[in-house]
Amino acid sequence: MISLRMDAGVVRSHLRRWIWLVPLMMLLGGSISTLQAAKVGDLGELNLKRQAIRFLSFKDPAVRHAVLGSALIGISCGLFGCFLVVRKMALTGDVLSHAVLPGVALGFLWNLSKTPPYPILIGATLAGLLGIATVRLLLNTTRLKEDSVLGIVLTVFFTFGVCLLTMIQRLPTGSKSGIDKFLFGQAAAISSADLWMMGVIAVLAVAVVSVLFKELLATSFDAVYARTIGLPTRWVEGAFILLLAMGIVVALQAVGVVLVSAMLITPAAAAYLLTDRLNRMLWLSALFGVMAGVLGAFCSFLGNNLPTGPFMVLAASSVFACAFLFAPKHGVVTRWWRHRSSTVRIRMENTLKSFYHVLEARRFEGDGVSVLELATRRRETLDEIRGRLKELVDHELVTTEDDRGVAFLTPSGWKKACSIVRNHRLWELYLNHAAQVPADHVHDEAEKIEHVLGEDAVRELEKKLSYARVDPHGRLIPDLAQIQKGLPTPSETGRVTGYGR
Amino acid sequence: MNLIPAFDAHKVLVAPWTESLASYGWVVLMGIGVGIACGLIGNYLILRRMALMGDAISHSILPGIAGAFLVSRSRSTWVMFLGALVAGILTSFIIELIHRRSRVKQDAAIGVAFSTLFAVGVIMIAVFADRVDLDQDCVLYGEIGFVSLEPSVEWLGLKWGPASILRMGVVCLGLILAISLFYKELLVSSFDPGLSRVIGIRSDWVHHALTAVLSLVIVSAFEAVGAILVIAMLILPGASASLLTHRLPSRLLISVLHAIASSVLGMHLAVWLDCSIASAMVLSGAFLFVLAWCRFWIVNRSSSGRWESRVEEVSGGQA
Repeated sequence: MISLRMDAGVVRSHLRRWIWLVPLMMLLGGSISTLQAAKVGDLGELNLKRQAIRFLSFKDPAVRHAVLGSALIGISCGLFGCFLVVRKMALTGDVLSHAVLPGVALGFLWNLSKTPPYPILIGATLAGLLGIATVRLLLNTTRLKEDSVLGIVLTVFFTFGVCLLTMIQRLPTGSKSGIDKFLFGQAAAISSADLWMMGVIAVLAVAVVSVLFKELLATSFDAVYARTIGLPTRWVEGAFILLLAMGIVVALQAVGVVLVSAMLITPAAAAYLLTDRLNRMLWLSALFGVMAGVLGAFCSFLGNNLPTGPFMVLAASSVFACAFLFAPKHGVVTRWWRHRSSTVRIRMENTLKSFYHVLEARRFEGDGVSVLELATRRRETLDEIRGRLKELVDHELVTTEDDRGVAFLTPSGWKKACSIVRNHRLWELYLNHAAQVPADHVHDEAEKIEHVLGEDAVRELEKKLSYARVDPHGRLIPDLAQIQKGLPTPSETGRVTGYGR
Repeated sequence: MNLIPAFDAHKVLVAPWTESLASYGWVVLMGIGVGIACGLIGNYLILRRMALMGDAISHSILPGIAGAFLVSRSRSTWVMFLGALVAGILTSFIIELIHRRSRVKQDAAIGVAFSTLFAVGVIMIAVFADRVDLDQDCVLYGEIGFVSLEPSVEWLGLKWGPASILRMGVVCLGLILAISLFYKELLVSSFDPGLSRVIGIRSDWVHHALTAVLSLVIVSAFEAVGAILVIAMLILPGASASLLTHRLPSRLLISVLHAIASSVLGMHLAVWLDCSIASAMVLSGAFLFVLAWCRFWIVNRSSSGRWESRVEEVSGGQA
């Protein structure tokens, strides 16, 4: 009895979690049924501006079909693509999308028409699954490598499809059937029946991904673990491939056989660059898919029935390019910028540290630090030191008197110099005490770590070292109180020096 | 509905070699030329696991070719070749860039790069349809049947044949010459990159040279077989050969035979079914591949343990 009640509770909680899918489906169904059947081919010779206005006003049913269809495809392709990308199966998607072509042709032959689209859907799905099965069979029975096998299956299936297509076009009804639109896609040719199927697949994709999120996550990232905890990984994988095949087939009408794989891979790859979490990646990828789909439909509409697929792919690729260059964490430009700014910071901190060393060497007496002293300490040329000082002056850490060639630390510069030296010496002490590293081996490590130690880590270190005052080389560690007060270290003589003005 | 025409033995088997030899002869010759060039270089692609590089380059030379059309406004061979070469090298550069500089894996990088370039090419063809003399569908599966309609090149008072066939022949001969000249370098760098570094062969140079030659072969085959069928032309002969033998010279020979046989068979198939000739050739090649697969399967089923021991023997000998 208890287990039964628990089961009911689990079911209820599942229901509560996914109840929002129901209104979503109803909304989607409603929006599709309100659209009237599209009249294709009435997009005559119009200029760009009028086409754009026509597109943006959404009055034309063909436009509404194209936009809604492209958006739905974007959602389903974006979601499926995520799993392809994280599982390194991107080219499997490519194979699947090329392998459906003979199925499209045979499904068309069923009743020599594109409407109703169900024979084409079924035929294409079966052909795609057959293609994947052939890949598995070739990999299991021969010693051919995966890349060759994928290439063979992709092209041979596609070629068979082309063969059938050229034969169909020879038939009296074939030439004007519009079946050639399956190669590059034409969003303006999306019919209500197509739209229904796209809607069903998109809802199915969202539902499966949200309900089976944990299962898919586990099988994608750690198949062994997934098997260990008793997930039916083979079933999950099979179901995924089946859904993927259906997703590709409904997208064919708008994107085309050749480029549908890009609609799977590119938005997902862009999302992969932007986040480390699968759920965020799914959201982003679906969003990019929708953007690419709608933009592609718009561009193709502007240019009077240009093929839609290439434009969608270009839109998706531009998103990818932006992510590749400017992603906050993994972008090429952002990483370069981060690297550059950290180099600048380390350089400035090193110069400040030399300030401290020079002052320390003369027991914090005297008036400012000369360029020559710094150059000797840093083993750099006078010109280089002048450049470094200029950087520091720009950051208001140092003031200079150019005529005397002398520099002074500002209060904030002093604080910074002290904390760097403190980081360095504390780390040396820590290595020496806690890790038993000999005192003459600790300097190089400390040179690196001093720039990355945070304030909390330093506190922790101090506590661990019971607030020691002297580093392994016998020099004083500047303590927190001095740094906070912003006063120069009082030397034995009691004279205050180091920074001025 | 007569999708598959009745089999007329005279029309399918005899006529192409007798009364209509003038047209089908050139087509078969072109098919053989494309098959040999692609098959020879394909062997190395398979060995070096670059098969999908062939896929990527064959798709992405399209913007190069279309751009060359726009610039030169003619079917000038040299401009087209240059455009395609630039596009091919650009592709391999972009793939390397994405793969090295971000966490996107190589397969996704290939997918993103070639689909983008291919999309650019298709758009160029569609937008400048009046200026670019390429058909969207031909881009995919080529028009090998058109070679017989080309005017014959006259040189030294003799009619030598259609220009594209002569070009393909030159590429073939050049490729055979290059392979025999650099046989050792290709062999070593394909099988054992470590050894090739030790004896002073730069395998990255070999890689780039192979990419350039691949672009050359693909661009000269492009008009005949298109962007996707050329991948089958590249991989099928080498894959069939690799199922039949271990030795590279025999593989090269078998892939040449495979190319000739699939071209002849494909021509007959196309005459019978009245479909695209290039795709019939690829289907015949696929049929031959399936035969090789069956033979491999039968041979290895009877001695399933033998294969593993031989692998160990061979790899042990290499190490």
